Amino acid sequence: MSYEIFLQHLSNGIALGSLYALIAIGYTMVYGILRLINFAHGDIFMVATYVMFYGVTMFFMPWGVAVVVAILLTGALGITVERLAYRPLRNSPRISVMISAIGASYLIENLSIVIFGGRPKAFPIPEFFNHVSHIGSISIPRANFFIPVITFVALVILLYIVNKTKTGMAMRAVSKDYEAARLMGINVDNIISITFGIGSMLAAVGGIMWGIKYPNLIPLLGLMPGLKAFIAAVIGGIGNIKGAVLGGFLLGMSEIMIIAFLPSLTGYRDAFAFILLIAILLFKPDGLLGKNVTEKV
Amino acid sequence: MSILRTDSITMKFGGLTAVSELSLNIPTNGIVGLIGPNGAGKTTIFNMITGVYTPTTGNIIFDKIDITGMKSHLITKNGIARTFQNIRLFKDLTVLDNVMIANHLRLKSNIISSVLRTPDYRKKEGHILKKSILLLEQTGLIEYKDDKASSLPYGKQRKLEIARALATEPKLLLLDEPAAGMNPQESIELMEFVKEIRDAFDLSVLMIEHHMQVIMGVCEKIYVLDYGVNIAEGNPEEIQNNPKVIEAYLGVDE
Amino acid sequence: MLNKNNLIKIGLIMVTGIVLAILNATLGRYQLRILNLAGIYIVLGLSLNLINGFTGLFSLGHAGFMAVGAYASALLTMSPAQKSVNFFVKPIVPFLANIEIGFLPAIIIGGVVAAIVGAVLAAPILRLKDDYLAIATLGFGEIIRVVFTNTQSLTNGALGLKGLPSYTNTGYTWTIVIITIAFMFSLRRSSYGKAFMAIREDEIAAESMGIDLFKHKLLAFTIGSFFAGVGGALLAHLMGTIDPLMFRFLMTFNILLIVVLGGIGSISGTIISAIIVTISMEWLRFLDGPIDLGFAVIHSVPGMRMVLFSLLLMIVILYYQHGLMGQDEITLEFVKEKLKRFKKKEA
Repeated sequence: MSYEIFLQHLSNGIALGSLYALIAIGYTMVYGILRLINFAHGDIFMVATYVMFYGVTMFFMPWGVAVVVAILLTGALGITVERLAYRPLRNSPRISVMISAIGASYLIENLSIVIFGGRPKAFPIPEFFNHVSHIGSISIPRANFFIPVITFVALVILLYIVNKTKTGMAMRAVSKDYEAARLMGINVDNIISITFGIGSMLAAVGGIMWGIKYPNLIPLLGLMPGLKAFIAAVIGGIGNIKGAVLGGFLLGMSEIMIIAFLPSLTGYRDAFAFILLIAILLFKPDGLLGKNVTEKV
Repeated sequence: MSILRTDSITMKFGGLTAVSELSLNIPTNGIVGLIGPNGAGKTTIFNMITGVYTPTTGNIIFDKIDITGMKSHLITKNGIARTFQNIRLFKDLTVLDNVMIANHLRLKSNIISSVLRTPDYRKKEGHILKKSILLLEQTGLIEYKDDKASSLPYGKQRKLEIARALATEPKLLLLDEPAAGMNPQESIELMEFVKEIRDAFDLSVLMIEHHMQVIMGVCEKIYVLDYGVNIAEGNPEEIQNNPKVIEAYLGVDE
Repeated sequence: MLNKNNLIKIGLIMVTGIVLAILNATLGRYQLRILNLAGIYIVLGLSLNLINGFTGLFSLGHAGFMAVGAYASALLTMSPAQKSVNFFVKPIVPFLANIEIGFLPAIIIGGVVAAIVGAVLAAPILRLKDDYLAIATLGFGEIIRVVFTNTQSLTNGALGLKGLPSYTNTGYTWTIVIITIAFMFSLRRSSYGKAFMAIREDEIAAESMGIDLFKHKLLAFTIGSFFAGVGGALLAHLMGTIDPLMFRFLMTFNILLIVVLGGIGSISGTIISAIIVTISMEWLRFLDGPIDLGFAVIHSVPGMRMVLFSLLLMIVILYYQHGLMGQDEITLEFVKEKLKRFKKKEA
């Protein structure tokens, strides 16, 4: 493989990794606080792409306005899902909450099939992103430069919120000890809503960029990226934001590189993430940056 | 003769030493107490003996076998049974089922003959049932036989945990705060109960307890732990008069 | 042996047999297909209920194990001629090319292969808990599907297998259903069944009662996979066509819905809800097509049916967590108890 082609793959790997990272943050934040896999997260991500589609093509919004609308609506959807599907089960066995999460995911998917239709739609890509840079013999779409930058900016903002603001402190408190946080006068339900809101807004950012990169919209498009982003979160150490980003990059990069170096395995691409997940769970169940938690007997 | 011996076992969690160089010696048929302030590492010792944790260093010898690092269920099979500080019954199952499950480890039938209910399996199951009923009678729980375990009053739940542990046919019984939450009257009854089962089932007992009345009343030997270190051992009288123990419990005047 | 209870049980089985025979003789082809489908979903529901409801292992890989059973049995029952028609992209591996065996041995082999695959895959991950186990098993389902899509000379890849002999009939299906039900009741009553439930209730306590967690979880998972494979084999020979897409997560979702609706852990609940879900899935098909309201016609909205089922799952888990039966069973005692209460109310 030539150096140029490697660079080409590298740029694709970074872009895909950034997208996984953005979605993975939402999983990891929710898991950190509620110890729950928010199965609907991938579908929330999908809805963002459709909001963009309808905003631009049906309501003729300027692209920038549509982005803001998509981020806000997706955030609201995340909060709604939490209210309706998870909050009533706060004190229920974990298995019930998981089933509810699966139900929520399915409901969003099927509602999307009904509302948006099963036929693929084309994501509206602004002229700006149609530009392709040619460096030597390789061509890199502009999105590949922007996606990692936006991910980085989003991460910085998020880390600022989590580490420097009062809300962030409350979020950390709730994730450390839910009951104690409540006793300290933190409005736990509010904090959980905010967490879902932020996570979903990041998913929306990821969704919009996903649309630019892979403009073919179908209602089930969130399924695989969602599962893979969750796997990325586990690889990085679930509950850890930096870990989610690291895991996202590792997974995106290795997916692209494996196909690049071993093209005969292309068909197995979707299985690879799961194999990696199972390996991580077996040998380093707390992930790369996670903390060791043992059950008290 | 001793049934259980620990040779200077140490348990470290990262940088924290929960138990340090502890050597216990439980005489056969003895009732031994383990006391100490909260966080002294008492339950950690139980967890090491029952295989939940493997000691960082040191060995545990039970009935002449080295059980250090052995899997939990095998240790139970070898003859150590325990109760838990925060009761861990099979809540949704009946009292009888709770006890019958504890017999499962001695069942010598495979799953196929169990599902087919072969005559051999039925004989064995009948035996377990009889044994379990007898045990419930001995522990005074027979009237609750078909109730859900979680519906029992608190004190009975503690008793059921002991009955369940006895059903595994232990040679050594570990009781983790059996008198917790009991009133003085119940505590006295518990003392008698512990002595009774020791004699009836021919076993040895190691118990963690905070009720001094219970400990002093029933234990023949007591170990005192503070910050994971054994600071005193002896019979109740010696312990009561040991200045180190008084210091650990009451602190010192500065 | 022949006490009153056993007589009643034998009587019940005979009545069920007679009812099924009458249904088999009177129902049309389409209804018979639903009757078979209901039976297959009972087997599948019970197998997931064993893993999930009895033992408390939240497994989401069921569709994968069904796929193993379906493919294994189909490759054994298809005629060599039919196989060579199917495998036109790449020829089938030689050792399967000329095999053709009867349905019953094929079902059993399908189940056994699924059980072996289940055991091998589950063994390393059984120490994972709750949601980690769920996501790992979900991964297995996906991995199996991806592997089947790519092993062209074994499974014919994405093209799937067509023209399977349509062996599945009321006799085969419901005999297996009755055996499965009897098996589940007997298992739960046995010492092993109780050990499984102990693990569900409290793993740590179960282990300290001498229950080998690994062995028992593996047993539950293997048996569950066996019945999933059997269900898959029946389904394959009812449909006549199988392909990897059939065994997506959606399939697991349907089975999970059955178990949750019936009451996680309840055998009778699973049976009832399998029948309800199967029939309503068929009955509600009209929702996906155009609806004529007399004064207006609603255009066909594919997906409406599944919206309803997702809503149903959510409503059950949010408001009726016990499902139809909770962990109760419709046993003779249960019926007597209900009758007594009913009579009291009357009086």
